[in-house]
Amino acid sequence: MGGMARGKRPPRVGDGPLVRRLLIGLVLILGAFLVLAPLLIIGVEAFSRGWAVFRDTIAHPDTQHAILLTVFTAMIAVPVNTAFGVAAAWSITKFDFWGKRFLLVVIEIPFSVSPIVAGVAYLFVYGLQGLFGPLLDDWGIKILFAVPGIILASMFVTAPFVARELIPLMQAQGRDLEEAATSLGASGWRTFFSVTLPNIKWALLYGVVLCNARVMGEFGAVSVVSGNIRGQTNTLPLHIELLYHDYQAAGAFASASILALIALFTIIAKVALERQGAGRVRRPALVTQPAEKAS
Amino acid sequence: MRRNVLPGLRLSLGVTLLYVGLIVVLPLAALVFKAASLGPEDYWRIVSSSRALASYRVTVLCALGATLFNLFFGLGLAWVLTRYRFPGWRLVDAMVDLPFALPTAVAGIALTALFTTNGWFGSVLADLGIKVAYTPLGIMIAMCFTSLPFIVRTVQPVLEDLDPALEEAAQSLGGSDWTIFRTIILPLLTPAILAGLSLSFARSLGEFGAIIFIAGNQPMSTEITALLVFIRLEEYDYQAAAAISSVLLFTAFLMLALTNWMQSRALRYTVRN
Repeated sequence: MGGMARGKRPPRVGDGPLVRRLLIGLVLILGAFLVLAPLLIIGVEAFSRGWAVFRDTIAHPDTQHAILLTVFTAMIAVPVNTAFGVAAAWSITKFDFWGKRFLLVVIEIPFSVSPIVAGVAYLFVYGLQGLFGPLLDDWGIKILFAVPGIILASMFVTAPFVARELIPLMQAQGRDLEEAATSLGASGWRTFFSVTLPNIKWALLYGVVLCNARVMGEFGAVSVVSGNIRGQTNTLPLHIELLYHDYQAAGAFASASILALIALFTIIAKVALERQGAGRVRRPALVTQPAEKAS
Repeated sequence: MRRNVLPGLRLSLGVTLLYVGLIVVLPLAALVFKAASLGPEDYWRIVSSSRALASYRVTVLCALGATLFNLFFGLGLAWVLTRYRFPGWRLVDAMVDLPFALPTAVAGIALTALFTTNGWFGSVLADLGIKVAYTPLGIMIAMCFTSLPFIVRTVQPVLEDLDPALEEAAQSLGGSDWTIFRTIILPLLTPAILAGLSLSFARSLGEFGAIIFIAGNQPMSTEITALLVFIRLEEYDYQAAAAISSVLLFTAFLMLALTNWMQSRALRYTVRN
């Protein structure tokens, strides 16, 4: 099945026209069924009962509140996570200390823990059955089944997102530039903002975009710690479930279409940032530190 | 030993440890503490109840099925996206990330709408006598969707970096395409494939949002473990929720260790200067 040479490049394995067409066709058909169709049906179902139903669902006070709560959660969780990601990346890549590899693994934990487990874990810290629950109850502070719980659970599930993008990149870039800046008398903050930040800005933004998408779409963890109270502790993904189980499919899909749009914007931003070089140093580097291993 | 002149260790490490401690470690420790306070007998009774065992079975089997499907589909996607250029390949490459970007609840209701007996695919499959929604097959499809990008994105960079000289040498020795793929390319991809498989499997084990809409959620047959935890919570049976959650948590730790080990193996073959 060698195939004929096209142009100057010698044919590589799998370049035969039959194999090529077969594989492309198969992958595109499967992709259309599994990835494209779900996206399409959201749009179709959202407008299945007409534009008026779509508009009324979006304009409904409960939906509006869910949108606001989702945005509010992201406005707190994403910046806090970003600050953590930068601090983690700075300490891990600019210094050597005992237990660094262990810390890297701990940061990755939320990535592999089921969101439901995350929610339950928060229940046993701040819930009435939990460590601090009774104490907080005495003080009249409500964390669980309220907005703070939603924000905390969102921060748990997205904790690794920014750090994961920054650490491999900053490891590959080394410490020379920062050391030069410091020895010339620049303060730590100055070194960070005028030397480090310009080199990591795209990767940082990349992490922020992915973190934001996950915060806005988080369902499992939030559904455990939220009280699912309409117009109070319902985020947009929870609102979708509520409408769906309320036999308001068109309304559920109308709300879902907002999140689908955010997902599409996320993908567009991701592609644009990858063109700037973000996301190139891949995640596996986070654990094994290739910059030091490479010979 | 070179002296470190950079400032900010105390601040950055302090913030990192505080955040990781409060946000990640404290809740998980509280969960383990709660589960441990049950005592071995009660713990064992809860985690080995027939309903829990049935939920492990359906979760693990569906995750295995979904991972196996994604092994072939993901490998095929990675191959097509790195080796061939066709109109729209960039779009396909970007859309591979949709399952990561799309909220799981949205994916859940979309897949359910497609696969119910009056949906686009469900109606056709129903004529063939195949029921997808509200069966384990539906759970598997939801898992396939949410874990699809893992294998593609771990295999793709390795495939891109593959040295063409290896294939050329094999070709000049007269190897057929299939032989070269099987004996030269596949062994080089294996560490990346294994890393992708373990990530994909781990994600499927913990998935919740995309599954509960399509699963039917019948105890003993289509009830996944994450949902059983949720149901125990709604029944205010916090001990059972803690115990079953701890099983999911330990599985996640096991998968994390496995994934890290496989990724470090995978890197041995991919790290270049």
